[in-house]
Amino acid sequence: MTGRIENAVTVHNVSKSYGDVEALRDLSLDFPRGQLTSLLGPSGCGKTTLLKIIAGLLPASSGEVFINGTPVTGPGADRAFVFQDFALMPWATVLRNVAFGLELRGVSRSEREAIAEKYIIEVGLKGFEHSFPHELSGGMRQRVGLARALSVDADVLLMDEPFSAVDEQTRRKFQEDLLGLVQNENKTFLFVTHSIEEAVYVSDQIAILLPRPSRVMEVIRPSGFRDRDVNSIRRDPEYLDIVDRIWASLKSYVE
Amino acid sequence: MFARNRALILKVFSAMIVFGAWEVAGRIPVSFAFPTFLESSAAFWTLLVDGTMLKAYIETLKPLVIGVLISAFIGIGLGLWIGLSRAFDWLISPIFVVMQTAPLAALIPLLVMAYGIGLTSKVFVVCIMAMPVIVLNTGGAVRNTSASLIEMGESFLGDRKDIILKIILPSAFPIIFAGLRLGVSAGFIGAILSELKITPTGVGDIITYSRSIADYPSMYAAIASIIILAVMFLNVLERIENYLSQGRRKALVAD
Repeated sequence: MTGRIENAVTVHNVSKSYGDVEALRDLSLDFPRGQLTSLLGPSGCGKTTLLKIIAGLLPASSGEVFINGTPVTGPGADRAFVFQDFALMPWATVLRNVAFGLELRGVSRSEREAIAEKYIIEVGLKGFEHSFPHELSGGMRQRVGLARALSVDADVLLMDEPFSAVDEQTRRKFQEDLLGLVQNENKTFLFVTHSIEEAVYVSDQIAILLPRPSRVMEVIRPSGFRDRDVNSIRRDPEYLDIVDRIWASLKSYVE
Repeated sequence: MFARNRALILKVFSAMIVFGAWEVAGRIPVSFAFPTFLESSAAFWTLLVDGTMLKAYIETLKPLVIGVLISAFIGIGLGLWIGLSRAFDWLISPIFVVMQTAPLAALIPLLVMAYGIGLTSKVFVVCIMAMPVIVLNTGGAVRNTSASLIEMGESFLGDRKDIILKIILPSAFPIIFAGLRLGVSAGFIGAILSELKITPTGVGDIITYSRSIADYPSMYAAIASIIILAVMFLNVLERIENYLSQGRRKALVAD
């Protein structure tokens, strides 16, 4: 990491209340370009709320979010969302689901299907183009969700606990694939998770959020093991140290 | 062989039990006004062959078809609106809930006073029967569209029209169609009721007339014909639905 880190996403003093309930209070956080930042914290700490505010799906009560310097007023072409429950249309084939983002943007059918096809292959679903979501396993469904987000070619990928609904083995494979994706795609990733190990494994930067009202407790930037082989990360002393440290600081907030 | 045709064999068997019980009850007889199954079948055949039944149904189907078409168009439109707007829901839904529970037979004299004894009153009766279930089913289905699918549409830059046409309506389709089927069955009841209560025309005329001259077999044949026609009608609707969803309906339910 040399020179000044430019931020793709900047969150500035964002607050969010639902009636009397304060979900976020004066939260500020920067997301460096081309890197993966995790939002980690116990449930109810407002991670998903923050992600949806960045996505433009929820309005903030006060404060601002900037994407490449432009304030967010709603959903935009510069961001794509990966949903926890996949959010696939059960009546549409894999191909139509993946191409749906482009369809909504008015891209012609042949063009969007060609692009979708490319990403279907990239996420490893070749041959399943004409399957329906109910014919796929949970892990494959999330690959469809990922391909849909990649195919609109947004700068920023917002991932809301994308692997929480898939089984453990699939999840590990996903995490490895995600590291490759961060390296190869020149995109900024925002990743919400409640798994400490997952956050430390995949992240360039980890923001630990505390609940009620939500605030950033600490930002951790693992440095030593990011360039290593993916298979040795989990044995790296720094990896283990950080996991322990985060657990020690979060422990008191877990009921 | 048996396994493959089991559904059909059991259906035929079920019909045989009912018709057999009917025949036995007619032969005892439970009442002098209760003809046997065979007598009724003979009367049915006569009515069918001499064209009486065809002529009668052309008359009966007029208010039914007009009423069901009006109910379907207005009903799905209103239901969509109810599902999309809370305020409109509170404003409109109670009317249809009341309509659904109101004793229709008691309202018919009012309709006759207002609209006379012609087609208009009969169409009204069909609509009163058919519309509430179509409106309320459509409204419920639209309101229950998965929130994350709608968020998906918004985050991939779909406008209101896209989200209604490409997400809300397809996802509500199976339940809207179920409402339509229930609406058609209710419309059948309405059409017959209006012929018995307003002016005896069509198949209602056969029932009323045969009763007045104590030709009970013809009366039961007419009643049976209504049931047969209603079942056929619903079967056709189900085929249309299956064709439109190309067998994906089961997938939707499974999801």
